[in-house]
Amino acid sequence: MPAESKVKIALDVNGEPAEVAFAPHKTLLEVLREDLNLTGTKHGCELGECGTCTVLLDGTPVLSCLVLGLACAGHRVKTVEGMALGGRLHPLQETFADLGAAQCGYCTPAFLLAAEALLTANPKPTRQEIKEGLAGNLCRCTGYIKIYEAVELAAARLRGEAAEPTQESLYGRR
Amino acid sequence: MGDGKRRKVGKLESKTRSNIPTVQPSRVIGKAHRKIDAVAKVTGITKFADDLAFPRMLYCKLLRSTEPHATITRVDTSAAERLEGVIAVLTGKDLPIPFGILPVSQDEHALCLEKVRFIGDPVAAVAATSEETATAALDLIKVDYEPLRAIASAEDAVAHPEPRIHDYGDSGNLHKLIDLEFGDVAEGFAEADLVREDLFFFEGNTHLPMEQHAAAAVWSADGKLTLWSSTQTPHYVHRALAKVLELPPARIRVIATPNGGGFGGKSDPFSHEIAVAKLAMVTGRPVKITLTREEVFYCHRGRHPTLMWVKTGVKRDGAITGMHFRSLLDGGGYGSYGVASTYYTGALQTVTYQVPRYKFQGARAFTNKPPCGPKRGHGTPQPRFALEVHIDKIAEQLKLDPADLRLKTLVPPNSLTANYLRVGSMGLGACIEKVVEGSGWRKKFRKLPEGRGVGLACSSYISGAGLPIYWNNMPHSGVQLKCDRGGGVTVFCGSTEIGQGSDSVLAYVVAEVLGVDPFEIAVVTADTDLTPVDLGSYSSRVTLMTGNAALQAAERAREILALHTAKKLAVPADRLVFADGRVFDAQDPDRGMTFAEAVQLAEAAEGTIGTVGSYTPPRGAGAYRGAGVGPSPAYSYSACVAEVEVDPATGIVRVPTIWIAHDVGRCINAAAVIGQVEGSIYMGLGEALMEEMAYRGDLKVVHKIPSLLEYKSPTTLEMCDVVTYLIEDPDPNGPFGAKEVGQGPLLPVMPAIANAVYDAVGVRVDEIPVTPEKVLKALRKKGKGEEGRVGPSSFPDIPWPEPTHVPPPWDGGDGKAVLTPGASPGITVPARQR
Repeated sequence: MPAESKVKIALDVNGEPAEVAFAPHKTLLEVLREDLNLTGTKHGCELGECGTCTVLLDGTPVLSCLVLGLACAGHRVKTVEGMALGGRLHPLQETFADLGAAQCGYCTPAFLLAAEALLTANPKPTRQEIKEGLAGNLCRCTGYIKIYEAVELAAARLRGEAAEPTQESLYGRR
Repeated sequence: MGDGKRRKVGKLESKTRSNIPTVQPSRVIGKAHRKIDAVAKVTGITKFADDLAFPRMLYCKLLRSTEPHATITRVDTSAAERLEGVIAVLTGKDLPIPFGILPVSQDEHALCLEKVRFIGDPVAAVAATSEETATAALDLIKVDYEPLRAIASAEDAVAHPEPRIHDYGDSGNLHKLIDLEFGDVAEGFAEADLVREDLFFFEGNTHLPMEQHAAAAVWSADGKLTLWSSTQTPHYVHRALAKVLELPPARIRVIATPNGGGFGGKSDPFSHEIAVAKLAMVTGRPVKITLTREEVFYCHRGRHPTLMWVKTGVKRDGAITGMHFRSLLDGGGYGSYGVASTYYTGALQTVTYQVPRYKFQGARAFTNKPPCGPKRGHGTPQPRFALEVHIDKIAEQLKLDPADLRLKTLVPPNSLTANYLRVGSMGLGACIEKVVEGSGWRKKFRKLPEGRGVGLACSSYISGAGLPIYWNNMPHSGVQLKCDRGGGVTVFCGSTEIGQGSDSVLAYVVAEVLGVDPFEIAVVTADTDLTPVDLGSYSSRVTLMTGNAALQAAERAREILALHTAKKLAVPADRLVFADGRVFDAQDPDRGMTFAEAVQLAEAAEGTIGTVGSYTPPRGAGAYRGAGVGPSPAYSYSACVAEVEVDPATGIVRVPTIWIAHDVGRCINAAAVIGQVEGSIYMGLGEALMEEMAYRGDLKVVHKIPSLLEYKSPTTLEMCDVVTYLIEDPDPNGPFGAKEVGQGPLLPVMPAIANAVYDAVGVRVDEIPVTPEKVLKALRKKGKGEEGRVGPSSFPDIPWPEPTHVPPPWDGGDGKAVLTPGASPGITVPARQR
């Protein structure tokens, strides 16, 4: 098959300007993984069904498998690689790690970004609001519960509260 | 501590709590920890198989059958080969050697040779310079099929022995037939006050890991092959590659990348792994494949659709006098783990409640569907569903509370079952009491308003299988351990991280023994060049088996370090404590040295400090054909109460809360144990209410819904609240007493929900999943005065083989089969509490 000629765009990726050339039919998911080598963004279906490829486009969660790379010219894209700053984990990353909200870790980057967008819009979400905010992301390992707890804990810490995991979430009910 | 030796000697019955390894006080074991790979997972650094890329890499795509059952008359790849960018095309004749996970079922070809057996069966493989080109090339491959009548279900296979899907198997399209009898069940039924028969059906469902299977292969001109794959079983993939590619195993390196979820679905060697390896050899270039989500549905190896019939005799107080269980499994197009799955549908009925006489008949059919295999719980969720609903019905007939009935009939710890399974620690009683109390069972059961209900169910699961998949006398798990002069420790083990935390288990166990921080331990796993064999992440074996191997290696290292440290400090070696990165005198903690200094001392005296550890499970007690499936070093136990709300207008079942108690023996990492329990409840909830592999109801046998959107699985909006209780009843065979947790807690969820639906609206849905349609249908039947039940109505006639008679231990049996029933003298009914 004759190779399609590449197009070049400029965009902001994780707070840094980037230029990237790619075949024009490529999705943002493919551009991130294949042309920018940011493989932290995963895929589960490439059909917009599972949420696994979620990234933030100008701060809004999008399914990167359904967004054309070309459409991102001039926009801000944030991936999981952009969450930890200066070698320090984002509070969500800390709580996901401590509570076991990441088991296999495959859906984790997407959940982290969806949760970050949720907390930006709503710093004190209820459990129900967390469920609704993350309803577009599938996880097969955790049963979501550790994810809710991690989001709640990170939210408290982001609000400046000195919150710790509950005994029940780590050891079960006595 | 000679752990391996101790396990092999003596009768289990003689074991007491004093045999349980204890490390007092525990610094690492039992606490809640971050997993050692957690930071890599939350930062996106973890490299999954599809994250790998190599210079000059080619992309592979598989052409899959569009016919469910057909003879291949011609494959023409010439047009595909001419497409620019296509480097190689393979067909069945390029890989003619068969393979399969079980030695008795070597019935797969990487690419179909003479016939196809399901829609999705791989027929040809293309390697091209881009994924788009490889995909375009598939359209240019011409395959001529001569269709054969397809076999659409297990019942269809029973009714149609011809055309045969395979030219092997026990009878026509019946792959495997089993008939085992442990004692005279007819006598048991004659003794009973109540004999009850029930029929159940459990629909097939699939693992649905979020990561699509992927594999990459590199061939080196010096004749070496490396394969990276999202596999749970690199050792078995290694063996399959050597066989099919006719390469010496020493020239093949298999690296299992961290699996983005497995749940059993990545436990078989797969066509795509062999195809990329062969394409790398043929082209001399790296080749990668990532399956589409649709293809993941065709790989399947998930839950067998299973029809079950169970007949049980009970005394008035609920004591079981005999049980007869039949299962008919729809195996799909290939053997996979199916022979083991079939045995598993009859194996673990005996380890929860005392069954003095037991008969099991199991059959597995070949059908023209994606092959079934091991999914979380492997062959045991279906019979557990049947058994626990059956017992709920028995309890109602006897006017007994189902919790009390179960508590009265529990298998005692340290005992042998009718089918010769050795039960060690047994915490089910404590589990039942916890969920009964926690859920408010006594105030809710049969007392909640119409539309709301509670249901109880219990279960047990193996902590690893007693036998390996291929016959050998070698250990099931091996560990090598290296101590560095700087104080670091590296653990090498063939185990595979699939999200369950197996890498971390190695670090915690070694950290506990050597007194170092788990995060100062490097863990190297799942690489056949670097790590000793571990059989794989299946059958909930990893914590127990690799944990024991790591324990042995670490204790050997501690012994070496203690020898030299003791000399230097002039302290008896048995007084040394390894803790907080130091080695010191228990009686004078200031008298000591750093762990690194201890390593340096030992290294100066002995040279490089490295040790090994290995683990082999104890021998099973049964010696009859089929006794290999069921034995385990330890059984976990779970009890579950589900509360449901049923909308009589829509039939929709909502589950607000599940209470689960799990006897894990002992936690290695408490937070990870809780995570496994919650994940199991989640997956059980999906199976109970919505997940099913659905095919069109005609002989095309097309999968209706091979997508994540249409295959319903619980989202955050369906997931229930979970209240978890951990019961720690340490088992002498587990490392620090640990048993499994990854699969067992899934098992009671489906029957607990089905029982709760009955409590809520008085109808029995004897079929999984319990969908709104079925609930409505049952409600309508009930409304018309008929039996408020939806479920199977008959079990087909199966050409069962002659039964194998094995007298139970209390009938003088020794675990071997006898020629005629009743040949053993002194048949007596066992005492209730043996």
